[in-house]
Amino acid sequence: MRAPVRWIAEWAALPAGLTGRELAEALVTAGLEIESVEAVGGDVSGPVVLGRVLDFVDEPQKNGKTIRWCHVDVGVEHAPEVAPKPVRKGETVAPLPHGAWPRGIVCGALNFAPGDHVIVALPGSVLPGGFELGSRKTYGHVSDGMICAEDELGLGHDHAGIMVLGDADDAGRPWVVGAPALPALDVVDEVLDMPITSDMGHCLSIRGLAREAAQVTGVAFTDPVARATPAATSAGYPVSIEAASCRLFVAVTVSGIDATAPTPRWMATRLAAAGMRSISLPVDISNYVMLETGQPNHCYDADLIDGAIVVRPAVAGEHLVTLDDVDRALSTDDLLIADATGPIGLAGVMGGGRTEVSASTTRIVIEAASFDPVTVARMSRRHKLASEASKRFERHVDPGAAYAAAHRVAGLLVSLAGGTLEPGETVVGSVPAMPAQTIDAGLPERILGMPVPADRVAAILAASGVAVKRAGDTLELTPPSWRADLVDPYDYVEEVGIKVGLEHLPSVVPTAPAGRGLTREQSLRRAVGRALATAGFVEVLTFGWASEADAERLGLDASDRRRRSVALVNPLADTAPLLRTTILPGLFGALARNASRGLDDVALFEVGRVFFSAGDAPTPLPGVAGRPSDAELAAIAATLPEQPRHLAAIVAGDWRPAGWNGAAVRAGWQHVLGVGELVASTVGVELTRRAGSAAPWHPGRCAELVVEGVVVGHAGELHPQAIKAYALPARASALELDLDALMGLVGGPGSIAAVSSHPVAKEDVALIVDESVPLAALEASVVAGAGELLESVRLFDIYRGAPVPAGKKSAAFALRFRAADRTLTESEVAAARDAAVARAASDLGARQRAE
Amino acid sequence: MPGPHDTHDLTEADPLSAASLDALVADALAAFAAASGVAALKEARLAHAGERSPIALANRAIGRLTPAERKDAGRRIGMARGAINGALAERQAIVEAAELERALSEESVDVTLPVALAPEGAIHPITGLIELMSDVFVAMGWEVAEGPEAEAEWLNFDALNIGADHPARGESDTLFVAPVGSHRVLRTHTSPVQLRSLLDRELPVYVVCPGKVYRADEFDATHVPVFHQIEGLCVDKGITMAHLKGTLDHLARTMFGDVRTRFRPNYFPFTEPSAEMDLECFVCHGASVGNPDAPCRTCRSEGWIEWGGCGIVNPRVLRAAGIDTDVYSGFAFGMGIERTLMFRNNAADMRDMVEGDVRFSRSLKGEAR
Repeated sequence: MRAPVRWIAEWAALPAGLTGRELAEALVTAGLEIESVEAVGGDVSGPVVLGRVLDFVDEPQKNGKTIRWCHVDVGVEHAPEVAPKPVRKGETVAPLPHGAWPRGIVCGALNFAPGDHVIVALPGSVLPGGFELGSRKTYGHVSDGMICAEDELGLGHDHAGIMVLGDADDAGRPWVVGAPALPALDVVDEVLDMPITSDMGHCLSIRGLAREAAQVTGVAFTDPVARATPAATSAGYPVSIEAASCRLFVAVTVSGIDATAPTPRWMATRLAAAGMRSISLPVDISNYVMLETGQPNHCYDADLIDGAIVVRPAVAGEHLVTLDDVDRALSTDDLLIADATGPIGLAGVMGGGRTEVSASTTRIVIEAASFDPVTVARMSRRHKLASEASKRFERHVDPGAAYAAAHRVAGLLVSLAGGTLEPGETVVGSVPAMPAQTIDAGLPERILGMPVPADRVAAILAASGVAVKRAGDTLELTPPSWRADLVDPYDYVEEVGIKVGLEHLPSVVPTAPAGRGLTREQSLRRAVGRALATAGFVEVLTFGWASEADAERLGLDASDRRRRSVALVNPLADTAPLLRTTILPGLFGALARNASRGLDDVALFEVGRVFFSAGDAPTPLPGVAGRPSDAELAAIAATLPEQPRHLAAIVAGDWRPAGWNGAAVRAGWQHVLGVGELVASTVGVELTRRAGSAAPWHPGRCAELVVEGVVVGHAGELHPQAIKAYALPARASALELDLDALMGLVGGPGSIAAVSSHPVAKEDVALIVDESVPLAALEASVVAGAGELLESVRLFDIYRGAPVPAGKKSAAFALRFRAADRTLTESEVAAARDAAVARAASDLGARQRAE
Repeated sequence: MPGPHDTHDLTEADPLSAASLDALVADALAAFAAASGVAALKEARLAHAGERSPIALANRAIGRLTPAERKDAGRRIGMARGAINGALAERQAIVEAAELERALSEESVDVTLPVALAPEGAIHPITGLIELMSDVFVAMGWEVAEGPEAEAEWLNFDALNIGADHPARGESDTLFVAPVGSHRVLRTHTSPVQLRSLLDRELPVYVVCPGKVYRADEFDATHVPVFHQIEGLCVDKGITMAHLKGTLDHLARTMFGDVRTRFRPNYFPFTEPSAEMDLECFVCHGASVGNPDAPCRTCRSEGWIEWGGCGIVNPRVLRAAGIDTDVYSGFAFGMGIERTLMFRNNAADMRDMVEGDVRFSRSLKGEAR
């Protein structure tokens, strides 16, 4: 809503000198948001004067444009010292009757005629935006000023042509050529631009804003539509209502108008400041009254309506060409204004072309009605047509204003278009009663947490237009017809809070009961992120959209769970209509982006949810009057996608670039396997790895990550085909694991064994096994065989080549033995070592390598 | 180095005389002082304090004296030996210290060399900020609640008093899960977690709900379709809007230091009364208001910047969770994490937050500070 301050001041007795900024601040405290405060005409300085066009010639240019070389009379005081070049070559330029020269001006607009009064910005003037005017050579002429369009003066947004003023001001006084233009036009003002929230529908009008401004600044308010709605009557144009979504329809007729009469400058200026273009007098009047009263209204050419007006639902197959020249197929959910021939308007949204007012219109039927907000909102959405009218009806229009607004339109048509108000009028329906509510007078104080005595509550609500009946501690409240937002007791609490001023709220920290802190899972998740960051991985956050193409590129087979995607109805991009089932493609994208920016050595990780479809069955939509049943809650849970948190990591390039202290270390599979170890040790689970095969990993370099027998994820080098498909650096390696599943396997608090202070005994043993034996299995055999005296085991060497036979490898382990209660004897240690070797031999055919 | 025999001839003087002993001592001290290293000092020690040194020989000569002479000579020898040994120990300490100093000096390294233990990793600033903000509440006894991102329409909208015809439920605002009519959406705020908390937990409830949310939004410098929020919910007996103000003032102080705040009335379906929490502009502190000569881009010369929405929980919401609104009241609030990061750490372009450039993630050295 764009509201000129002087228009608001017409209805609210604002203190003289109150600036637009001050008014804006007052309205903010009333719950309005202020987008901007703009000056109208105030940003103009220097000689901007009234001029009269004397003569001109149109000169087509090579660029296809036609410019107009004009002589303009700007009065004696602003006349140039020397004569301008003649309008046409060879003509002589004579001084004007007042003795001075006209100005020569080049103009790009063509919408004026000789004799027209215009606004001329002379050299030395400064226009909005700090645009300073000088005399300049252009199109082969010296242009000694500029003839201004509305937007160039900050008076509106119209740039269709220059402003043509007619011969006299609104009061009929002839223009004085050479006089300062803006004071003469009386347009200096400020405009507040405010987005209006849906509970503030009454503020989509000067009336509503003036009322709020008056209330918060404590001044008097005059209601521009203070006129009671009479009882139903059908003395005017015949109207019937056949739909419950229309509660009131007022029709007033004005005949004998001149639809071509000019719109007075004051009205055009206000419309322009409010962001609307002047179209024709009847349309301008209709818009003006809508802006002022908030009541959308419509002017029909009475001679084009076929019989009685009916408000009814559309019938299947009906069409309507609306005023915007769009042929609209109608739905049976649409509410229409119709006549005997068919639809003549989409109720509360837009009129139809067939009955549109034109220059030849002489008799007008004015409609001012009340329509159901939801019906209008749905029509507006269905037809993708958000009009000034629908915007207002969606947010509730005061039905009590309809009758008065219709008469305001009629009155303006009479006074400005020379019409006559026909004596008969039509009022169908009535102003619906507003829902009453009873509240405890102490409720506002109890909810706001600041003292608001009952008397003050009653006074505030009364000032807001609420009918207040006080019975002891309770208040019986009936909102005014323009406040459909006042329904629940808390709505009144808000009204009181706003009018008292939220700036008066005390600041009190509530005391929560003793909390349990973060859950163990939350703490561990943080610890995992910290551990990875410390280990050298950088966290990224990616969007999580996916596509079928990802499944192909990853090489997922048909039965892969990761093909069980969740799709979106309205994805942001058709190329990514799915939710991710794996984080990897997101990390691939981030890796590629870093590479494209010259960052080649990267180690990334992300923790986030992935989504697996739980089927297409709809999720229940229970009522809101109370808690849903357990069955409904269970059904909600069952139909939502599974969405576990995953952790994924990727490495590429150098893990450690070449440095002063060593050669480069390439990032590879061992680094992402290391991530698995790090995560497991951080959350405190025992992780084992075994060779696995899963897309998109290299089949010979993929580890299954197993905890408590459950495969929680995979890690390793990526498959060359995936690397190619995503254009990743060679040997890029990645890990992905189900973090939620892993957390579920975390055990209890754990226990701490006594630390032995007896001496350690060290033994090394080298074992030869087949190449195919995983070292983790060999180590497990050694551990099992060595028994409980074994304190630790460490693989310290792997050797292939003579004398180890081909196809075999030698693995050397450092064993440490220690007892809790004594110093071990040499024979005890030797026996334990021999048992380890024997176990490895029997389990895996290992042979001890000769020393 | 002069040897002990060069200056004194034992055959010519009484080796036990005071003069002879003084000369021995002087010789030894001179030799020790002249020894500049551990090896030289060892040589000097053997020559002047060793078993075959003049003083050792003089000591042996005592045996040849009469008991009467022995007492005196013994005392003189003892003093001489004491002087020699004392000087030796003193010189030993000095020489060893100098030797150690030399050795250490030779081992010195350039401590400015790069020595990273691991590559430079980092937590994403958004994650860090979520943790930081959550901790403010955990410190007050609140708990952190989480919930699904693909959510029931009922929990995202209906239960929050956002009716079927609310514009936010249109496809231009909300991302819907297929098939059409599934009544599932990508949550547009973390408010469904508030609802879940009310449904799952015992009253009173004091929770914050941080997390990812989705909107059918543009992707530009100030909008991303996937972003993060932290919402808070407190439902207890006797909760007022003053408690809301106190809580948010505390959060604002923790996040931004001594900053002025204001509550501006606003409208949300799920709160009534509703307000917007504004912070005084950090850049101009209000100086740009009505001052076209010094415009402020941060607050658009409004003097205040919007931080988040809040209000008293609409009793309709509490009723949808089965809570007795005659006994309980509550407040709720919500802030954008990205927005907070922009205010707090000057992050200028939201696109940087989601593109995965390691330089962005590393910019706060892993922590939101």
